[in-house]
Amino acid sequence: MRRVLKNRLLWPIGALVALVVVNAISRPSFLSITVRDGELYGSFIDILRNSAPLMLVALGMTLVIATRGIDLSVGAQMAISGAVALTIIKDSPTPNSLSTIAVAVLAGVALTLLFGLWNGFLVAVLGIQPIIATLVLMLAGRGIALLITGGFITTINSTPYAFMSQGYALGFPFAFFVSLGAIVIVSLVVRRTALGVLTESVGINPTASRLAGVRARSITWSLYGLSGLLAGFAGILYSSNIMAADANNAGINIELDAILAVVLGGTSLAGGKFTIAGTVVGVFIIQTLTSTITFLGVPPAVTPVFKALVVIIVCLSQSRRVRQWVRQLWQRLRPAADAKTTATPTQGAVA
Amino acid sequence: MSAATPATGTALSSLRKLIQRRVSWLPVGAALLILILMFVAGQSYFGRFLTPRLLSSLLVDNAYLVVLAAGMTFVILTGGIDLSVGAVMAFTGMLAAKLLSTGVPTGVVIPLMIASGAVFGLVIGVLVNYFDVQPFIASLAGMFLARGLCFVVSLEAVQVKDTTVLGLQSTKLGTFEWYITPTGIIALLVIVVAAWVLGYTRFGRTVYAIGGNEQSARLMGLPVARTKVLVYVISGVCAGIAGLLFTAYTAAGYSLNGIGTELDTIASVVIGGTLLAGGSGYVIGSLVGVLVYGVIKVAITFLGADSSWTRITIGILLLVFVVVQRVLVARGSRR
Repeated sequence: MRRVLKNRLLWPIGALVALVVVNAISRPSFLSITVRDGELYGSFIDILRNSAPLMLVALGMTLVIATRGIDLSVGAQMAISGAVALTIIKDSPTPNSLSTIAVAVLAGVALTLLFGLWNGFLVAVLGIQPIIATLVLMLAGRGIALLITGGFITTINSTPYAFMSQGYALGFPFAFFVSLGAIVIVSLVVRRTALGVLTESVGINPTASRLAGVRARSITWSLYGLSGLLAGFAGILYSSNIMAADANNAGINIELDAILAVVLGGTSLAGGKFTIAGTVVGVFIIQTLTSTITFLGVPPAVTPVFKALVVIIVCLSQSRRVRQWVRQLWQRLRPAADAKTTATPTQGAVA
Repeated sequence: MSAATPATGTALSSLRKLIQRRVSWLPVGAALLILILMFVAGQSYFGRFLTPRLLSSLLVDNAYLVVLAAGMTFVILTGGIDLSVGAVMAFTGMLAAKLLSTGVPTGVVIPLMIASGAVFGLVIGVLVNYFDVQPFIASLAGMFLARGLCFVVSLEAVQVKDTTVLGLQSTKLGTFEWYITPTGIIALLVIVVAAWVLGYTRFGRTVYAIGGNEQSARLMGLPVARTKVLVYVISGVCAGIAGLLFTAYTAAGYSLNGIGTELDTIASVVIGGTLLAGGSGYVIGSLVGVLVYGVIKVAITFLGADSSWTRITIGILLLVFVVVQRVLVARGSRR
């Protein structure tokens, strides 16, 4: 029981379960999953599918935040990759051939990888604050995407391209497999190699880790590249969902959702320790919250109010002062357990 | 201020002495130089670019941005950042439009706008200072909150018919060529007051001290906590005033007003020479930064180029300035 309570994932998972319970009570249909032609349908499945772009972006964001950084440009990068891919498909004589799609996707993703590396160059080599370094691309990125699409919303007809976010495989939405694949690959790379530990050491103390022989610069640099790459894939998924490249609205505010998901999952914005599993839970919380709000009949435009409240609550719960208050309150409520609690401060300091 | 605009006939040596004495004004001078170069380039390229009308409209059209940038300068000087200004501006504008349409007198509405901006600032400041929330995240929450509350007030745009508010923008004082509106006067007033507060009051000097080194400021016994909350309140108040100016400018409250304005504001402040790390910068610089932004916007319209180029140009300019700042800071710390 003690280990369960100490687990960092307890609160995020608890929040997710609470959200699901609220939903299940207010609309029993939330839990139902129907099978049609061997394909699964239902609110859960929708959440799995719709969360895919955010999942990709949030995975990259987790690693960037772990290095004490932040990547504000992910939304703009999504717009860029979608614009590139759709422009290539539109101009191609064979929009339905797989090779065209492959070229389009690769071109879009390669470009955002380059932009990600550019961000990394600004942060890691030139030493510019991450917020500002990525702000540059956030400002200019949508302009670049608009130039690529010529100022119009590019629409295409291509069945295989649509399949990526709308199709089904093995009964599940294909987009779910994309996000699952990304989760597995990122976790393996990060946790089965030393990269994760090195990233955390860079985040905790860049100077010390550099002196200890960690190549802080190249790690930070490549993680921004990875964030760009994942944002590129997210942009492809987004554009495949609506079959249009909308430079102004693709991935708008997704950087904020991604940061929120990372923080909700328990990764501190101060850098250092990160948790991929926490981020995954965080993404599901955000997606469930969005779907709940839509269901409750609140105009989707008001969603930011709820997100703001969540941010404030989460930040407050991480704040030292509030924790101290709670501890004091706890002690006052249980004077009998005083002897026990006096032993805990050292543990609290470690945690 | 005299250092930023060296008189034309000054001897080179005295200029050099002036620069040495006022090194911190150098970025402002650089921004001013860029502004002048853009004027010259525009004039020689378009021919009829540098007209009195254009110069007048430059201030009048960007009055709200000037006010926002003045408030943002305070926050950035302490090493913080306020992402909520655009949304708070939209919210106060929305609130005012709604209240005015239900018949609340203007004399009540305008103080209420400014007060509601101040409340947003206060909440962000308290979060940042007492609960150790990063400025970026706290103001992000403020941005979400304000943007969402806009839609709570009204989902559709609300037209403003109040003559006092509209008069702020439509009253043109001066000649046909050189003119200024009350909104422009308010913006300039805000700049003057902000510059005075930062330069000549105890509070203002504390702001610089915190940005320079918070730890030292605390050890010196300066009221760090109070000041750090107050800068966000000031930024909020400025967002409230900007809401008034923007409402007068667009004659309507609309929830999607001013999306991305926070980025334009930050870009203007940085272009104006304020160090993002805090501790160095001037409100006058922010004014110049906004004017640079305004000229870029006008030039792109003149060129008939796609308006997306505005953002790209601002992005590039921001990048150049940040890199230059970085080099300057690196050289300074080596010394």
